[in-house]
Formats: sequence, C-alpha cells, structure tokens
Amino acid sequence: MPGLEDLYREIILDHYRTPRNRGELETPPAHMAEGHNPLCGDEITIYAQVENGVLSDIKVSGQGCSISQSSASMMSQAVKGKSLAEVQALVHRFKVMMSIAEDAEDAPVVEVKLGDLEALQGVVKFPVRIKCAVLSWNTLLQALQEASD
Amino acid sequence: MNTSAVDWAAVKADFPVLQRIIDDQRLVYLDSANTSQKPHAVIDAMAEFMRNGYSPISRSAYQLAAEATDLFEAARAKIQKFINAPHVEEIIFTKNATEALNLIAQTWGRENLHSGDIVVLTHMEHHANIVPWQMLAAEHNLEIRWIPLTIDGQLDLTNLSSLLAGAKVLSFTAMSNVLGTLTPVAQLCQAAHAAGAIAIVDACQYVPHNVTDVQAWDADFAWFSSHKMLGPSGVGVLWGRRELLHAMPPFLGGGNMIGDVRLDGFTCAELPSKFEAGTPAIVEVIGLGAAVDYLGEIGMSNIRQHEMNLTDYALRALDDRFGTDICIHGPRDIAVRGAVLSFAFRGIHPHDLSQVLDQKNVCIRAGHHCAKPLMKLLGANATARASFYLYNDESDADALADALDSASDIFGL
Repeated sequence: MPGLEDLYREIILDHYRTPRNRGELETPPAHMAEGHNPLCGDEITIYAQVENGVLSDIKVSGQGCSISQSSASMMSQAVKGKSLAEVQALVHRFKVMMSIAEDAEDAPVVEVKLGDLEALQGVVKFPVRIKCAVLSWNTLLQALQEASD
Repeated sequence: MNTSAVDWAAVKADFPVLQRIIDDQRLVYLDSANTSQKPHAVIDAMAEFMRNGYSPISRSAYQLAAEATDLFEAARAKIQKFINAPHVEEIIFTKNATEALNLIAQTWGRENLHSGDIVVLTHMEHHANIVPWQMLAAEHNLEIRWIPLTIDGQLDLTNLSSLLAGAKVLSFTAMSNVLGTLTPVAQLCQAAHAAGAIAIVDACQYVPHNVTDVQAWDADFAWFSSHKMLGPSGVGVLWGRRELLHAMPPFLGGGNMIGDVRLDGFTCAELPSKFEAGTPAIVEVIGLGAAVDYLGEIGMSNIRQHEMNLTDYALRALDDRFGTDICIHGPRDIAVRGAVLSFAFRGIHPHDLSQVLDQKNVCIRAGHHCAKPLMKLLGANATARASFYLYNDESDADALADALDSASDIFGL
C-alpha cells in the first residue's frame, strides 16, 4: 500500500487549509460552471473571466475533500493571468500527470510548467482519488467553453 | 438461545476475507450497510453447485435440471419463511433491490397511478426509492410528498394524516442506510391503509439485521437485496401481496414469464414466473438460500441483540474518546437505530478520513450514500459511515477509534 505521505504533501494540506482565489465573480462578464462528483457528492463552482484571450481572473467555490480543494486552489494560481492557449496546455499537462491523458504528439505545444501542482502527482498512486484531483480542471474547461460559446 | 449462547468469535471465523492480513494488519470491515461479507457456507454452496450440480432450471427433464430446480425453489421457500410471507409464489427474484422497486413503479405504478395522484416518500430515502418515483411522476404528472425528519433523525409523523390524505402510495424505508434509524413500519402501513394508500417497504437495511414479518407489518410490498445479507450480489427480492401481483401487468418480457405465445400476442405465466423473465441468477439464488440458512441458525433476534450491544459500545467509545469532536447523526436510543453510524469528525472531509483509515485496514464508506436529499438536510455533501454486522465485535469499534486518532495527526488537528 502506498504511504499517505505521497498523498498528503505539506503543500497540499496548506492549500486545503488556506485555499487561494476563493469566492465568486459577477456573471456576466465572468463565466461560471458547476462540477459534481456524483460518487462522493463533492461540488465545485468555477468563475472564469476572459479578456482578450487571457484568463484574467478566476474564483473557486464549493465543498470537497483535501485533494479536490487543494487541486482547485493550486490550479487557480497556476492559470490566473495565462493565455487561453497556455491554460489549455496546463490542463493537458495536468491530465497527463494524472494518467488520464496521453502525452500525444498533437498535444498543445505551448511550454508550461506545473510548478507546485507537481505535488499532486502522488494522487496517481491512489486511483480512486484521481477524480477528486481532476474535478476542478474539468469544471474550468466547462467554464471556458461557456466563454467561447 | 440467547446471544451469550452464540460463539461470536466462531461466527467471525466463518468469514474467510476477515482473516486476511494486509500490510501486517488485520482487516476491519465496517461497510456492511453497503455490502456484507460472505461466510464459507455461502461460498461453498455456490461452488458446490457450479462444480457438481450446475444446470438450467424449470425447463429440462433430466435429473440434473430437476435437482437444480429443487435447489432454486428451495431458496424461494427459505426466503418466504424468513420474512413470514403468506405464500411462496409471492417471492420474486430480481436483478437487485433497485430493480424490485422499479418493477413496482413500472407495473403497479403505471397501472394504478394517474395524473394528479399522490405518492408519499420520506426525507431519509435511498435514491432507489426516490428516482423511480420521480421518473414516473414526470411521465404521469404525479405529486410527490415528503415526510420530514425530527432533529434526531427520526420520521416526524406530526402531520402524517394530512400528508397521506388522498395519497395512493406510501413508500418508505424500514431502516435508514445513513442515520441507522428504524422507522415504525407497522404504524406507517396502518396509516397508509387508513388513507386508502398501499404501503411499500424498503427493507434493504432491515431484513439482514432483524426478525422480519411482513404480515405483522401488514405491508403490501417489501424489497431487499441478497448481497447485504451474506448472499452474493446479482439478486434482489421483491415480496408483494398475491392479489396485487396477480393484478399487475408483467415487467420484462421474454422467456419463462409467458403462459403462451402466438403470432398475435402472449399470455403471462403464473406467479412468480410472470415477473422472472429470462434465465435468473441461478447460482446466486442458491447462494442466497445458503445465507438464509446461515442467518437462521444463528437466529435473527440474536443478531439484532448483538448489533444493539455493539452499537451501544461504539457510541459510548467514540463519545468518551472524542466528545464534541465527533458528531454522530441519527437517534441515540439504540432501540430505534440499527448498527449504522454516520458521523462528522473534526472537520476532516469524509473522503480524507476513509483514506487515512484505509492505512489501518479500517474499511468505512465516505460519500452521500445514495441519499443526497438527506445529505442536504444534514448540511453536508458527504458523511463518513461505519456500519456493523454479526461478524464485527468490540475490537473493531476500538480499531475505528484508534484509526480516527491517527487521522487527526495527519491533518494537524
């Protein structure tokens, strides 16, 4: 059995206890999407504001476990102020790390670094928790889809 | 036989998976409200049938098939006796308990419920007793009313007669899978009948843990699953009063459920075949029969007493150790609760809690327990739930408390 120290890294617990970018944005101009994990009941709401092809602001609300909450918090820091192309690349990189996307040749070519998010790579050793970590990322994609519609 | 006459250590030893050692630690299985473990008696009965007796049932003349049919039908008779049903043909085997309620909604419901009719449910129902009614309500323009809960997680029956006024159906659980609450089944059946409604009992959490008597309840339908009562998954049981089952249209069409088939139509088989289209879960039903034998030998009143003792012990142990740091939902009076403890602990999310407990091989459920409306009332997206069965003992409750302590360490609380 993999040890819990792989899962509950200090930086993860820090984001869990003190989540960044919590709150709401006015819609419109921001776009909003809600994500649910039907298995465990976790809920997350992402507010994304897009200006001139840049994700200029992001807020997160909802409830969930330490993994879903810290992933959302770290994601919000990582994507804020990035171009949409960079955000898409980051989402892809994250999903590759979570083993739910292939690092295929047609992956986005924009260079991005996961930074603190690397702390979440231990989640892969706990397969039932992968969906916790990915919930906020898929919800962000939905919000961006709203923005492009 | 009183409970002290049962050798509970020997009972525990009957369950091979509970002897497993993972990472030098024993398994502490506290998720029986989800699904129960299986004793040798069930595993062996199924293996023996597959090894030496396997055959189709009900339709072949050779001896092997006759033996298999006898075993299968013997299981039906065991279930009849186990829940004190008046007639053996009232026992219908379904794919699972969920299918049993869907069968009622789709056959009795479609035939008898029309626009504006009222179905009464409670706030502590499992999704399996909510969604099939919502599906029917959307199609037939039905009204669904809800019996609310008291602050300690029992049904609030203050306005029962006005809720039931004009209702056609009262469908409710005999025991909440989240709160552990035992509901006053006979009283509710009586109230339903007084209002002219039928009474449908979700007995999934009740039958595995209590003496069940559907005639004493005076219910019209009851439904439960094999896998929560030591039997295999893949079988549910529907019991219904014979005259209701007779009047209902069939559910699934196909082999076994027909009396005759012509180019211009078909007639239905007699009960119970009418509701058992296709090849049933033969091996699993035989396994369920073995589970009923096993439970019967120990005695359901002994099992209930054992679980009451254990619930009392666990409630006290957790309270003594954690005080206000643990919030256990549901009634405190063990006379009206089963061995299910849903709780919140020191603000640690149930998912994280179950993950940490897993390191100690303590298996609990974290989530909404397929009861999201109830979760909303509790003000939570999820709870942690420990549930006990006949193979659990005080050392398992102690292991739970120890493991909770270690969770506090990790989250720095």
